[in-house]
Amino acid sequence: MMRRPGVLVGVAVVVVAAAAVAPWLPSYPLTLLTQAMIVAILAMSLDVLLGFTGLPSLGHAAYFGVAAYAVAILTTERQSGFVVCLIAGVVFAAVAAALFGLIAIRATGTYFLMITLALGMVVWGLAFRWVSLTKGDNGISGVPRPDLGLPWSFWGPLPFFYLSLVCAVVALALLGLIVASPFGMSLKGIRESESRMRILGYNVWLHKYLAFVIAGTFAGFSGVLWAYYNGFVSPVDVQLVTSVEALLMVALGGQGTLLGPAVGAALIVFLKNFVSVYTKRWLLILGAVYIGVILFAPRGLAGAFHRRSS
Amino acid sequence: MSSEFWIIQTFNGLSYGALLFLLASGLSLIFGVMRVVNLAHGSYFMLGGYVGLSVVWRTGSFAAAVLAGAVAIGLIGIGMERLFLRRLPGQTLGQVLMTIGFALIFQDLALLIWGGDPYSIPVPRFLQGAVKAGALSFPAYRIFITVVAVVVAALLWLALDQTRAGARIRAAVDDGEMAQGVGINVPVLSQAVFALGACLAAAGGVIGGAFLGVYPGADFEVLPYAFVVVIVGGLGSLPGAMVGSLLVGLLDNFGKALFPELSYFTLFAPMALILALRPTGLFGRA
Repeated sequence: MMRRPGVLVGVAVVVVAAAAVAPWLPSYPLTLLTQAMIVAILAMSLDVLLGFTGLPSLGHAAYFGVAAYAVAILTTERQSGFVVCLIAGVVFAAVAAALFGLIAIRATGTYFLMITLALGMVVWGLAFRWVSLTKGDNGISGVPRPDLGLPWSFWGPLPFFYLSLVCAVVALALLGLIVASPFGMSLKGIRESESRMRILGYNVWLHKYLAFVIAGTFAGFSGVLWAYYNGFVSPVDVQLVTSVEALLMVALGGQGTLLGPAVGAALIVFLKNFVSVYTKRWLLILGAVYIGVILFAPRGLAGAFHRRSS
Repeated sequence: MSSEFWIIQTFNGLSYGALLFLLASGLSLIFGVMRVVNLAHGSYFMLGGYVGLSVVWRTGSFAAAVLAGAVAIGLIGIGMERLFLRRLPGQTLGQVLMTIGFALIFQDLALLIWGGDPYSIPVPRFLQGAVKAGALSFPAYRIFITVVAVVVAALLWLALDQTRAGARIRAAVDDGEMAQGVGINVPVLSQAVFALGACLAAAGGVIGGAFLGVYPGADFEVLPYAFVVVIVGGLGSLPGAMVGSLLVGLLDNFGKALFPELSYFTLFAPMALILALRPTGLFGRA
């Protein structure tokens, strides 16, 4: 889909429009948009695994969380700068994914789901109980906004929104290149028929493993931004519900479309925030959204859109 | 580390494993027969505890609480399976998202009905106190939990191994399509297994509610334990659920006692190791 010029132009128009409108937005919608950008990176990274490779990970928050914790610990304990934190966060997430991938990629179907769930719980368990490092249930607060040595301060909502927007566009471009590459095509082949790809001589294990590590790395990228955005990292960021929420975003937007999950992420972010303004019963509504998406839009918004246009 | 420490901790681990068996055996059977990843299974445990709590408040009877909790949640399980999950055969992702949707709804409803305060189900009088053996004393209630789990395990084993319905369930676990082909009504069987699993989890919730408490968030707290048991033991295997429960109970207990900072790690890391060596769990078949 990234090869279709119409889609590229559409994305460019939306990005330019968002950048142009942002200075006139009040700070609340601006922070929501920022949050949407950051979470969209997480959803897109999961789409590489779920949508393009056909591997439903139930522990994707682990890599997001490892990076977020790395940033939180480095900034509060060592006052590390943005570049150090960015590299450390992404590398830690990539290493975690590389280790976990060795265990997880052997399994298929339901077993893959369960192993990734369990591995995600390992990270959650460490975040929750390794109190001397992670401060346990209290979480780590006081993560400052990054200082890039630029003339404007990222404490303001507008500069930070632009930073997130740039990061999301970079992530979209990189992931788009990856899934449109011959490597990405092989991933789709594995999704459709693993045995056929194996017979054709592809190293299926290696392809799946690389997809797993790439997805984890980009989830880490998202986690780095999240720590800076939120200023606070806690076990909530790595818990099962966070992983499942990422799955929901991908399913809602449409698996295997990259842009769909980004839109799904934005919708869930807006929904969570708006609904919680009007009612305390937002979990009830979120639960209904989960069930409704599966019953009425199993192929997501992208699927519904395609059905109408064809 | 005295020998008392090891004996008491082993006893605590085993009795916690017994409770986990009540929770996880149903999950394992549901997996085995229907291949459903039910993330609402922890909710059955929590809701069972809450229903039991209300019944204990009204009637004062612990037995009535266990029964009411099991029946009420069994009905909820039947409704979920019949109206929703049955529409998603083989769609793992869909099942995950749908059951987590239910888990969120149950969590919020429980908060709405019972509020956010933690409660404890009162232990019946004859199960209070402790059994003394020399210098050691074992809480009577933990012994009771262990006995209940052993009885349930024996009944489940008898039912699965010695009865016609059990043979059908085993057939459905091995190969659902083939079982359907030779005239076994797999949808009805699935319904029954799902209801049984929900009942067991809810009964576990009432019984566990007397020593773990009944509180918001209990659902997602016990869920990973149930999953670890099932993963370690192997999907759909009753012996697997037994061994897995005891292993997890002991690992969790010794992990918390010996390495408090790494206690979840000591639980999940061995499981990851077992999976790396045997991807289908100790007793599971691919």
